[in-house]
Amino acid sequence: MTANQLMFAVFAAIIIIFSILTVTSRRILRAATFLLFVLVATGGMYFLLRFNFLAAIQLTLYAGGIVVLIIFSILLTSHIAEKLEAPSWKKIIPALLASGFGAVITIATILQYNFPAEVVATSERTDIRVIAKSLISTEKFGYALPFEVISILLLAAMVGAIILAKKRKD
Amino acid sequence: MFEGVPLHWFLITGTIMFFVGIYGFLVRKNLITILMSIELILNSVNINFVAFNKILYSDRLEGMFFTIFIIAVAAAEASVAIAIILNIYRRLVNIDVEKMNEMKY
Repeated sequence: MTANQLMFAVFAAIIIIFSILTVTSRRILRAATFLLFVLVATGGMYFLLRFNFLAAIQLTLYAGGIVVLIIFSILLTSHIAEKLEAPSWKKIIPALLASGFGAVITIATILQYNFPAEVVATSERTDIRVIAKSLISTEKFGYALPFEVISILLLAAMVGAIILAKKRKD
Repeated sequence: MFEGVPLHWFLITGTIMFFVGIYGFLVRKNLITILMSIELILNSVNINFVAFNKILYSDRLEGMFFTIFIIAVAAAEASVAIAIILNIYRRLVNIDVEKMNEMKY
């Protein structure tokens, strides 16, 4: 077993175990902490694939931004010591069946499909200048239009969040 | 194959994470835990995009840009969702999806 395979196994184990704990934990603050572990392990997987810029975005935006936002909203809406009520078996069994069948079918399809095996990926890191140039390029493989659209989306989301969460003067 | 790690392993990890997120989405009742399940689903898709990009088309960057845009959309979605959740909490003093029946009938 090479070092890369070992690191992949560690990250995959963290992702699977902690994502199951995220959806089953009955203490909501603990569920948010387990979600943080999952997101950090995903960032580790990006580092393993040599996408350093993407891993940095994952750590700052997901682990640093979204999880903090979720934890703040948990603290604003529920008690820390409060335990969520356990879901009833009437809900668990259909959900388990749906997700279990979906997972089995998808994994079986993945294992049957013949991906081109002779392709060997290079392990070079992506130069950040290449990323920046293609984000503002308007030629082939340029992403100027989605970049602008996403900036408008973020502006709209910001304005919408402020207006929704603002206290009304009645 | 990426330095000894086959593509299947990444795809299977992403699949398991995706369906764990689906399970949480169906079972949970608190709105914030449902939001966390959605984050899990979006993350599993990101793993698949990045693995396909690196292993099958390592000379291009499409998968990485898709992942960047998905992360941006997820951030916008989380902020608006949390604003809505806080608004609901202020009106109804709980965020349980089964107790939200103001608009019923």
